[in-house]
Amino acid sequence: MSESATTVEAPSGGLPPTGDEPGFFTKYGVTIVFLAPALALLGVWVVYPTISTIVRSFYDRSGDDFIGIDNYRRLFSDDTLVRAITNNFLWLLVVPFFVTAVGLVFAVLLERIRFSVAFKVVVFMPMAISLFAAGVIWRLMYEKDPSRGTVNAAIGVAHDAVSPSGALASALPSTEAVQGGTAGGLVLDEDLGPGDVARIGLTGIRASDVPDDAVQAVVPEALAGGITGVVWRDFKPGGGTPGELEPEEVGLPGVTVELRDASGRSALDTTTEPDGTFAFEDVAPGTYRAAIGAKSFQKSFAGISWLDERLITPAIMMAYIWVWAGFSMVVIAAGLAAIPRDLLEAARTDGASEWQVFRRVTVPLLAPVLSVVFVTMLIYVLKVFDIVIAIAPGSVQDDANVIALAMWRTSFGGVNDFGLGAAIAVFLFLLVIPILALNIRRFRSEV
Amino acid sequence: MRKRWLAVASLVGALALAAAGCGGDDDGGGGVEGSEDVTGNISVMAIWSGAEQESFEAVIAGFNELFPNVTVKYTSGGDNLGPLLSTAVQGGNPPDIAAIAQPGLISQFAEQGALQSIDDLRPEIVDNFGEAVADVGAVDGTQYAFLFKGSNKATIWYNVADFEEAGVDPPETWDDLSEVASTLKAAGITPYSVGVDVGWPITDLFENVYIRTAGPEMYDQLAKHEIPWTDQSVKDALTVMQDIFGESDNLAGGTSAALQTDMPASVAKVFSNSPQAAMVIIGDFAPGVVTDNPLEPVTGYNVFTFPSIEGSDPAVVGSGDQFVNFKQSEAATAFLEYLTTPEAAEIWAARGGFSSPNKNVDPETYSDEISRATATGLAEAEVFRFDMSDLQPSAFGGTPGQGLWKEFTDFVQNPDDIDAITQQMESDATKAFANS
Repeated sequence: MSESATTVEAPSGGLPPTGDEPGFFTKYGVTIVFLAPALALLGVWVVYPTISTIVRSFYDRSGDDFIGIDNYRRLFSDDTLVRAITNNFLWLLVVPFFVTAVGLVFAVLLERIRFSVAFKVVVFMPMAISLFAAGVIWRLMYEKDPSRGTVNAAIGVAHDAVSPSGALASALPSTEAVQGGTAGGLVLDEDLGPGDVARIGLTGIRASDVPDDAVQAVVPEALAGGITGVVWRDFKPGGGTPGELEPEEVGLPGVTVELRDASGRSALDTTTEPDGTFAFEDVAPGTYRAAIGAKSFQKSFAGISWLDERLITPAIMMAYIWVWAGFSMVVIAAGLAAIPRDLLEAARTDGASEWQVFRRVTVPLLAPVLSVVFVTMLIYVLKVFDIVIAIAPGSVQDDANVIALAMWRTSFGGVNDFGLGAAIAVFLFLLVIPILALNIRRFRSEV
Repeated sequence: MRKRWLAVASLVGALALAAAGCGGDDDGGGGVEGSEDVTGNISVMAIWSGAEQESFEAVIAGFNELFPNVTVKYTSGGDNLGPLLSTAVQGGNPPDIAAIAQPGLISQFAEQGALQSIDDLRPEIVDNFGEAVADVGAVDGTQYAFLFKGSNKATIWYNVADFEEAGVDPPETWDDLSEVASTLKAAGITPYSVGVDVGWPITDLFENVYIRTAGPEMYDQLAKHEIPWTDQSVKDALTVMQDIFGESDNLAGGTSAALQTDMPASVAKVFSNSPQAAMVIIGDFAPGVVTDNPLEPVTGYNVFTFPSIEGSDPAVVGSGDQFVNFKQSEAATAFLEYLTTPEAAEIWAARGGFSSPNKNVDPETYSDEISRATATGLAEAEVFRFDMSDLQPSAFGGTPGQGLWKEFTDFVQNPDDIDAITQQMESDATKAFANS
């Protein structure tokens, strides 16, 4: 506005006086005609709503009663809203810094490699997606179940390579005769000696998970001087009688059974047959326990709960940084291209290491560009909304809350309290003003 | 003008009396006599879109056969219907008629004076829907709404193949249900899929348990916050729910996965060829929320009524969309009256995806066995109560991350923490009732 005013006024000051003072319309007519559409739009879409929101924030839910600053008091006493405000400050502290830093690193590194344009396109690509769509993508990638969530699937591959899941991952003891948590393996709570028969019944194994070669389980005959036994799926449709080996109940082949001596050390081990039977021949006299080692019960990777209340905010931040790093990189790369090369060369000639060149020459020269990125991110982060609502499942929306989301939820998301919603909007507006002022001042000084 | 209005009012009154007179007959609660004299344009809003919108437009077509000179324009508000209507009421330009799912929002509008009384239709409503359903639409003794499209929440869905593999039958009592769950677990099948989502599926479960353990009278008292949430009856109901949530491996993927599962995903985990759980406790709308459901009704998936707890009598917790009138006109009154008739409900019932609480709807019109069973369960319920959380001030009973929804999420997470959770419920309820 001030610029257009000066351009109109400048000639009138510069020209020699014509004698007659020009009338108001001749003086400002053109200005008014050109400004009118913009002013009308601004008035209808910005000025009027702003004033009406400020007024509304002093009224109660119904809009009938003036309640002074009560809405603003609630803003700082309601747990949900306080949470939103703290979260938003956390966003301010973390995100602009990381976006700028990641962008800087990409820009500097990509300057030195071939095909850097291709890499830049890849890094910049997320900017082409709307934040909401990016949120939906990350929401799916963060799924806990490794068969659905990409992030956990990747971790799962590494995890299962280190500790593969056991054959009996979901198995449970069928009766109290079998003891122990799956962590230390299962132990048959019965002293065994040569000539005894051990029965280890397990449940919780899906019929489709039983190996194909399994057949009807049988109780083996006792062996003189040895210990025999059976490991079987102690379940038939309807449940059967736990602990009793019944028709239709199959053996569990390929299970490693240990024979532990009195001190609990594993003395012998063997593997079960298709009918679930196993046999230790030539066992020295003494008392033993039959057990299945913990390894058989090793569960496969269950996934990290990225979307639970503790990790949700960092998880959303990560997605947000992913989106904005491209923008930051492109702006910084442009700034980098404008840096006079001879300064860098001079520093290198003077014996500065690459790190010193980066730290003492490149970064200070880039400072104006870096601050543009940083301040832009401050504003964007203050009003962050869509990515939060897209990623956070309903049950943790409270934990992931930010000011803009709190405003929407309070006004439209069920509470329907337009007064409090307006107060949140005004609060957010007040927070953005100083940063906007800073930005405008910088633009002026650059002009 | 005024005279004409009076004439219409008395005509409506006479029709209502006639309808009340012949109520209980086999031919239903009396249809509406059409008229070419009624003219006008009315706008209607509801959440229905897609197939539901088509079905509702079929109902409008049925109305237009009787009243050819009334134009009904339907607009779907989708999931944002509540905010849309609130904003429209604030701006002074609501639709003529809307169907609203939250009684709390209806009473809010009624208190703001935004709604027209439909007391004249009350006899028809009672005759078709019964006192209990009619009363849900009344605010301080004035009739403002009636339940057109209901849903029966006292249902549990199961995967037939899983039940056959474990050799179990649908249970009739809570103890049987626990027995079924442990047999399923022994067979290596996870018993329950729960979509904790924002928390409302768990409030539904609580309401079904509470109406059985505490009885309908206490249910009403708790709904109005006449007894505190710290009452022993609430704690007892939560203790019963521990049977389900007490062990993480009762739930598909464990507790932490259940917390992140939304309602449609929880149903999809059961309605699948490789199900991740055998049962999902959710209202009669379950089959509609699964896209590409690979299973056939009855042979693939099926439903049983929420089991009785310690000999409790059958009771139905339900919810649904209630029609309200924002702007009075001859045409709007005629349309509302038509919507109370079994004829209007039967048009949609025949098209599927619809449970009518109208007692006079012929069960034969429902397109399949399962919807016939759940719908008649709703219409013929001797004890019917509206979803309790929907009756609360919305800050307490209907907002993601706040109030009851949040506390039931917390309960799933820490099922042993009953005392702390009920205290939190009580303090939030006190706050919300004071603010509303």
